[in-house]
Amino acid sequence: MMEPSAYLLLSGILFGIGVAGVVARKNALIVIMSVEIMLNGVNVAFIAVGSHLGDPTGSVFAFMVMTVAAAEAAVGLAILIAIFRLKETVDITELSVLKW
Amino acid sequence: MANFLSTIQFSDPYFSVLLLLAIALVMSVGFVFLSQALGPKRYDRVKYSVYECGVDPFTPASVRVSVKFYLVALLFILFDLEAAFLYPWAVLYRELGLFGLVEMGIFILILLAGLIYAWKKGALEWQ
Amino acid sequence: MAPIAIDAQALLQSTYSILPEILVVATALFVLFVDLILPEENKRVLCGVSIIGVALSLFAVFSMGPARISGFSGAVVHDGLGAFFEIVILSACALTLLMATGYSEWEGTHKGEFYSLLLLSTSGMMFMAKGTDLMTVFLGLETLSIPIYVLVGFHRNRMSSIEGALKYFLLGAFASGFLLYGIALIYAVSGTTKIPQLAAMLLDASLAGNPMFLAGAGLLLVGLAFKVSLVPFHMWTPDAYEGAPTLVTAFMSAAVKAAAFAALIRFLLLALPGMQPAMGKILWILAVLTMTVGNLSALRQDNVKRMLAYSSIAHAGYILVGMVSGDVLGGQASLFYLLVYAFMNIGAFGVVMLIAQKEDEGYDIGNFAGIGFRYPVLGALLTLFLVSLGGIPPTAGFIGKFYLFSAAVKNGYIGLAVIGVLNSAVSIYYYLRLVVYMYMMPAGAEAPAPRPPRVAFSLALCASAAVVLVLGILPRSVLEFAERSVLSLLM
Repeated sequence: MMEPSAYLLLSGILFGIGVAGVVARKNALIVIMSVEIMLNGVNVAFIAVGSHLGDPTGSVFAFMVMTVAAAEAAVGLAILIAIFRLKETVDITELSVLKW
Repeated sequence: MANFLSTIQFSDPYFSVLLLLAIALVMSVGFVFLSQALGPKRYDRVKYSVYECGVDPFTPASVRVSVKFYLVALLFILFDLEAAFLYPWAVLYRELGLFGLVEMGIFILILLAGLIYAWKKGALEWQ
Repeated sequence: MAPIAIDAQALLQSTYSILPEILVVATALFVLFVDLILPEENKRVLCGVSIIGVALSLFAVFSMGPARISGFSGAVVHDGLGAFFEIVILSACALTLLMATGYSEWEGTHKGEFYSLLLLSTSGMMFMAKGTDLMTVFLGLETLSIPIYVLVGFHRNRMSSIEGALKYFLLGAFASGFLLYGIALIYAVSGTTKIPQLAAMLLDASLAGNPMFLAGAGLLLVGLAFKVSLVPFHMWTPDAYEGAPTLVTAFMSAAVKAAAFAALIRFLLLALPGMQPAMGKILWILAVLTMTVGNLSALRQDNVKRMLAYSSIAHAGYILVGMVSGDVLGGQASLFYLLVYAFMNIGAFGVVMLIAQKEDEGYDIGNFAGIGFRYPVLGALLTLFLVSLGGIPPTAGFIGKFYLFSAAVKNGYIGLAVIGVLNSAVSIYYYLRLVVYMYMMPAGAEAPAPRPPRVAFSLALCASAAVVLVLGILPRSVLEFAERSVLSLLM
């Protein structure tokens, strides 16, 4: 039986890298990629715990997360393309039609 | 000779891998020597460039990629995930029986609806 | 390996338990295909088809009643709470679609995608309200969010729309990450994602005190707080609400909030007995912050749409007041307020979009000057909705707030109730400011006339006004329905 704590640590690190990327990066494309890293960190946790418990829920959940991540990425890229056509930039600090 | 052959265990699962390796080695080395010996030799600039499927291997990194690629990539990733759901079903096909078949049929029909919609809207055209 | 037996009866029952959702999804797919064969000038039909689908689904909810039907091995359940929220969500969707008959004509959203996305988002909300497994809740949340991201950016040539969409998308995806990590941590500690099993395990103190579990529950709360825009997770709300097509803003403010609160109520009310000490305090702080920041920011707005966006944040705070104690009384008040809020807020947005004419600059408060006497019906309707939002009798908004704050007092949260009432008083200032503009300010020289509403649009406005008035005078039956819904959850 494998020990899930190491995998949980890995998932925490991946999630942290993703969060740091979202917070620190200005390029919207890289922000989307960072969100994907966060989701992959979550997947690692789900699969590790599921396999440790011998419970399929974890793996099934990981499948669902993958699907949702793909759909989210598709919509996100579409929005980015639309914004690039209007503004020729994907730098989120330059989006200021709406004041914060 | 007969004595040597009898020491090889043909039933060993790795024997076929060994055989494959041997054939691959003989063929690849053989072809290099054959083309060296038989082929005509005309050298020019293109022949000396690095081989990369006919694409120039050294271009500026910041080229513009056509937006059409994004569309195809998006459609690909969405329908590619369909396959991820088919695998677990295929593994448990017998246990799930008719229920699984019907369930998967509905799943694929909904995805098919999406594909037909994308097709009719012209997302698959490459103009 | 044991064979996975799924007998026909369980399958039928499962299908029956999600019948309203199936109807909505089927309508969404049907609309998508009718759109392909329909000529450009007849796109209006799509709106009608969508309304019929939603009406059928509402009919299914009513005929299924509040009986408890569990399906898909406990992943979804149709119970009183689910039925209540399905009614709220479907009503919001129906009102939106009725208003779409007019709005789509002016703003060019008579498109198959528009209606299809609206319906798919609705189905996601319904699944979220019925999900008893955190997986169902997550999938419902994403099924509602992804179409909404697209709908916010539907006017893709208007910078504010697409910018609002990007901000909403980035923060929404970020929040889903937190929600998911929370679920993963809960799963790692407890080994289950089913809410009733979690609630049973929580009665045992060792789980409720486990730091990893608390972290998981906290992250889950953060994820949901983003969706209902609780302060400090509200940064996206004003921008997304202001940028989105007004019709979508109206739908989002009512329906998304209802769905996310449904999941929150299900999780909190079931889990709270074991977690009350920690959770109660956090919710108290969130409620106070949300009410105060929402109302104070709304005070400074000259753009009516943005003002309503901040007011929507403040209302999330009021609704949260009912959940701090985690008992039936508070839950009932929250449910009632969510229902009332859907009608009064969509109604207010409906009148505002008739007067404003143009997206962006049309919503400046100056454009509303003099409307009250020149267009008495519109003026009276908007005044009614604003008065109800402010919580002045004899409207449903008053009754809702009264029950929320009295539930807080009865449970000993007197400070919370006082802060709520003070906030409510502040909010009356900015709602009445708009009324003053309508009735006391002279109209500008070239003030344009509001758009004449279509029949369906007027119907939606009248229905909202009727609900606001009737529930303001005779709230008893709906309050009882809300109470039974909350009780059905705890049984």
